Amino acid sequence: MDLFEYQGKQFFARYGMPVSPGEIAFSVEEAVAAAERIGTPVMVKAQVHTGGRGKAGGVKFAATIDDVREHAANILGLDISGHVVGRVWIELASDIAEEYYASFTLDRSARKHLGMLSAEGGVEIETVADENPDAIAKVWIDPVDGLDEAAARAWVAAGNLPEVAVEGTVDILQKLYTAYVDGDADLVEINPLILTPDGRIHVLDAKVTLDGSAVFRHEDYAVFDETQTRDERETAAHARGLQYVGLDGSVGVIANGAGLAMSTVDVLNQVGGSPANFLDIGGGANAEVMAGALEVINNDPAVRSIFINIFGGITRGEEVANGIIGALERVRIDAPIVIRLDGTNAEEGRAILEPHLSDTLQMAPTMLEAARQAVELAASAGTDENREA
Amino acid sequence: MSIFVDSDTKVVYQGLTGSQGRYYGLLNRDYGTQVVAGTNPRKAGTDVDGIPVYATVAEAVAETGATASCIFIPAPGVHEAVLEAARGGVEFIVAITEGVPAHDEADLYNRLRRDFPDVRLLGPNCPGIISPGQCNIGITAGHIALPGGPVGIVSRSGTLTYQALFELKEKGIGCTTCVGIGGDPVPGTSFIDCLAAFEADPETKAVMMIGEIGGSAEEEAAEFIADHMTKPVSAYVAGVTAPPGKKMGHAGAIVSGGRGTAAAKMDALRAAGVRVGLNPTEAGEHMADIVADLG
Repeated sequence: MDLFEYQGKQFFARYGMPVSPGEIAFSVEEAVAAAERIGTPVMVKAQVHTGGRGKAGGVKFAATIDDVREHAANILGLDISGHVVGRVWIELASDIAEEYYASFTLDRSARKHLGMLSAEGGVEIETVADENPDAIAKVWIDPVDGLDEAAARAWVAAGNLPEVAVEGTVDILQKLYTAYVDGDADLVEINPLILTPDGRIHVLDAKVTLDGSAVFRHEDYAVFDETQTRDERETAAHARGLQYVGLDGSVGVIANGAGLAMSTVDVLNQVGGSPANFLDIGGGANAEVMAGALEVINNDPAVRSIFINIFGGITRGEEVANGIIGALERVRIDAPIVIRLDGTNAEEGRAILEPHLSDTLQMAPTMLEAARQAVELAASAGTDENREA
Repeated sequence: MSIFVDSDTKVVYQGLTGSQGRYYGLLNRDYGTQVVAGTNPRKAGTDVDGIPVYATVAEAVAETGATASCIFIPAPGVHEAVLEAARGGVEFIVAITEGVPAHDEADLYNRLRRDFPDVRLLGPNCPGIISPGQCNIGITAGHIALPGGPVGIVSRSGTLTYQALFELKEKGIGCTTCVGIGGDPVPGTSFIDCLAAFEADPETKAVMMIGEIGGSAEEEAAEFIADHMTKPVSAYVAGVTAPPGKKMGHAGAIVSGGRGTAAAKMDALRAAGVRVGLNPTEAGEHMADIVADLG
């Protein structure tokens, strides 16, 4: 779960990290009212789940209330890499002496947590890593040991921060680590972490990704789930508990298992088609789950054909076939369907499907052939439409 | 021969009294697995279709001589369940449960290495392990696997594991052991652990590997294959055409910052001499060629 900057700052504040006073605003009027309460100068910052806000004109300094009104009006509704700005964060502006970078994430190869600290903050850390890798001080932390003060101190020393910044940074890094672990985050990143002219270390930006699997011990994370960026199709799938990712193509995909669904997307591309989505219905493949999946696909206007790819393991072919037939009785499907059914009792399953087959409900013996058929159907559906037009 | 589990393996099911645990525990027993016990502190002294239930893994081990455990406990309890199994004295732990927090997995991995270096954890979020004809622990449909070898399988994906077993069975090729390591960020057992075990197993003559986008486990496996494997390997990596930044179902399956792409993984594997298929069928065909060449 990706947090907006302001949610990330509120998250950090719970763990005692210093952030600026601010308020969230959904309209120009709210932005102005917030700035009046906070007192100028303020920053007006677009809240989107993507980077590059500054370059896109989504972050502005406002010296006066009139500036706030002007910037909020420009930023609200702005399209930043496909993300339309619906809310702005109004925050008391800070004086900056220096900008640093700090983050924690999991290093999967090392099976340890990786902390990164750099005196060169305020720019993309990938750029620093490419151009001046020595400017990033890294520390690998065994989760069983955690990050104690001595380790944090040695790490900050390796980061070559000026003497005046050391104590504040040691303190904030320990708090950031606590937030990362206790908060079950996949990523916590502060860029920039600033040194103010009066010698304080302060959080000026926040990027936080939380582990969706850990929601059971953080009931309050439900509020973050509500603000995730999903398109209409993804919202519909999420409501039905389906694993769905929207893509740009014309062949709807339904498969059981994440690996098989990914593989189905691959095979469609390999035979010259373009998948409209990734959809994993899990192991069961009963009528209810299948109907839900078909509804989600059916609501996507770009879909010209549907490829149902099921490998029966514990779930037998008959159950899968009956599930598909049952679903088709419940949902009216506009696009033609190609089914590939393999695995346990596949022949029995195919026998159940056989009497229902038609031009719009086809079956193919292998994944590759089913993909070809689905792509052909999608192409001819597209042609028909052109003819009508 | 086989790796990690065989006909002597005695398994205790943590969560045997739950619906999933009961269903798969009994299926595994029907397959021929020695399902010797279940655990549930509130139902100790009862049984599940004749399988005795104990309060703890330690008691189950003491009473039945269990050597492995299989966990069907809901995600919030998995961290403690794995440690209970390790303390209880089993040497092999299979955690089927999905949705275990990444921090729990990272902690478990390091804690086991430190306190229980001889204990192997498989999973979490994995389909389990099957040595066809001998032992099946987890949710794999046993009958899609042909016993006997000469191929060992290691896979990060559940359904693609079944697909791989099925492709080989269709071609009349048997399997020594098929290990589903799971798609989570910190799996207890890695590709390399399995490749090393297959390399050491005299019955396994070739290895089929199924990878996925995300992370660098396939690249690390490629390095291991180049340096340490004498046996031929075929591979498939799912997610060749996955768009960057999209999380495809598994916690592990995400491409970020140009790293972890299927293309990079396939290149690394090819460079290590692995025969890479563009889809599971092609990887199966490569394996059939390899097996034919074994003579």
